[in-house]
Amino acid sequence: MKKENILTQRISQAVKGGRRALIPFVPAGFPDKDVFWDIIMELDRSGADIIEIGVPFSDPVADGPVVENASIRCLEQGIGLAWIMEGLSQVREKIEAGIVLMGYFNPFLQYGLEKLATRAEEAGVNGLIIPDLILEEAGPHLKLLETHGLSFVPLVGLNTPKRRMAEYSELGPAFVYLVSVLGITGTKVSAGQLLRTKLQEVKDVFSCPVALGFGLSSRDQLDSTADLVDAVVFGSALIQHLDSGKKAGDFMKGWN
Amino acid sequence: MKKGYFGEFGGQFVPELLVPPLRELEEAMQDIMDDPVFNRDLDGVFTEFVGRPTPICRCANLSGDLGFDLWLKREDLAHTGAHKINNTVGQALLARHMGKTCLLAETGAGQHGVATATAASVLGLECVVFMGALDVKRQSHNVRRMELLGARVEPVLSGTKTLKDAINAALRYWIAHQKNTHYCLGSVVGPHPFPLLVRKLQSVIGREARSQFLDRTGRLPDLVVACVGGGSNAMGIFHPFAGDREVQLVGVEAGGEGRPGCYHSATLSRGSFGVLHGTRTYLLQTSEGQIMPSHSVAPGLDYPGVGPEHAFLKDSGRARYDVVYDAEALEAFYLLCRKEGIIPALESSHALAWVIGNRDKIRPQSAVLVNLSGRGDKDLDIVREIESQV
Repeated sequence: MKKENILTQRISQAVKGGRRALIPFVPAGFPDKDVFWDIIMELDRSGADIIEIGVPFSDPVADGPVVENASIRCLEQGIGLAWIMEGLSQVREKIEAGIVLMGYFNPFLQYGLEKLATRAEEAGVNGLIIPDLILEEAGPHLKLLETHGLSFVPLVGLNTPKRRMAEYSELGPAFVYLVSVLGITGTKVSAGQLLRTKLQEVKDVFSCPVALGFGLSSRDQLDSTADLVDAVVFGSALIQHLDSGKKAGDFMKGWN
Repeated sequence: MKKGYFGEFGGQFVPELLVPPLRELEEAMQDIMDDPVFNRDLDGVFTEFVGRPTPICRCANLSGDLGFDLWLKREDLAHTGAHKINNTVGQALLARHMGKTCLLAETGAGQHGVATATAASVLGLECVVFMGALDVKRQSHNVRRMELLGARVEPVLSGTKTLKDAINAALRYWIAHQKNTHYCLGSVVGPHPFPLLVRKLQSVIGREARSQFLDRTGRLPDLVVACVGGGSNAMGIFHPFAGDREVQLVGVEAGGEGRPGCYHSATLSRGSFGVLHGTRTYLLQTSEGQIMPSHSVAPGLDYPGVGPEHAFLKDSGRARYDVVYDAEALEAFYLLCRKEGIIPALESSHALAWVIGNRDKIRPQSAVLVNLSGRGDKDLDIVREIESQV
């Protein structure tokens, strides 16, 4: 039997402990490359179960203004995959949480997918989220990722049909990420019933844990879906928090 | 070939949330565009509204000087002054058959935005156009035209505030408004099925030109030349000639100012393989895969990507692509004004400039067909500004 990915383990542990797993997202090098790895370690100490590190891209088409502006600031500091791999290798041992790289396909492609898989494994990355790589285009690369212990984490939306979700489910992902809005990151989360119905569908189709993300800014938003969500992802709200000079740990307290 | 691909180029590199509307569009193309009712409607709009067929004309004065026959396909005579309208009326009609109520578009300098606003107006659809904030400032005239036609123009403040960011913004808007909105993409770029859809609609240029040329001369042209930004006017004229092996196809890219280190738009000639705006193609990018700004004196060529089918035609050798610089394009612009009584768009002037620059290599007595994709009235401010700098 396939070894359970650490990402699945981290979420399952949280759920067993009677809580939702927390997945903060921070673009690499944000708000400044000198403090970034300290923030990652602080998030880890403050209860993050998985940490998503954003790989900045000049044209992030699934993101709203908060994430896009943050990415541009990171690019201006010269952040790229080389910097991420190098920095992560040095701190990975000290981090409990699972690590996911979230980035658009082109920077990965230019880095070289073989090299990416090898280096990511060496640096202790557990999975990849590539918001512009759908099932059909991901197909040829999945074997490579699997060989290096990297889970391909799919994103599905409120408009994704059940039979397509089933195709994603067959890939055996470590977890699945439901985009809570028909929109981009940072958009206000959709109201109750539609989201609930979709979450139920995702639960039925996937055997792995379900994470909810895009547009989450406080735990109150989750009340109507509490029983169906295994993990929550937050990006824009955390970025704004960090940008105003506040501590990562304080942000996490609001979610624990 | 894999669905949605031209060789190894093309595909659908989009957020999962765009898969349903892209599927819907693909199905609509199959169900609606082969339907006689749709085609009757489209022919009607082409004839009565766009002013098709546009003529071909032989440049009587220049041909004598050049030593070979130079012919122009006069897309500058189409309504709104460029080929862009072929695509937008076609997509607007398709959108209406699909039951959509709103047309969404991106625009760089504003030509595609104006053409979309025009199509939306005549076919009774709402219209939203995303335009980089820098372009809104530089092209206030076109913003006014769009507004007159009833469109809402949304300035885009992110990224480089130009065309590529307007496309990002339009894709984002489409994610949220896919139910009632059709994204009227302006060139043979973007995710499948857009490159096919736009080619299908723009191919009217080449179909007409081929039969007009045969009627007038009893033969086919030796060379077909067109400028390439995203590549829609070039694909429109190339495609119907693709099976005629004796006809050479030449795409002309914008080299910008041509000084070392300057930005340009010569994606096929100087770019590298990558993924942008949903498609695998040649791009202007850094070694780390970040998209670079592009530049050309011709606003319609100013794009850091190119249609995937052009990438395929280049690699397969069926078409060749070459570079023309700003200064050469301007010279060709003046030449056509003075010699033939036509003010060409700066985009189309690149194609003309290639012919003039290669006059010694073109066999005497051969026939060269240039797609005169648009008229140049829109470019007078740019030309005046350059003249004032000299």
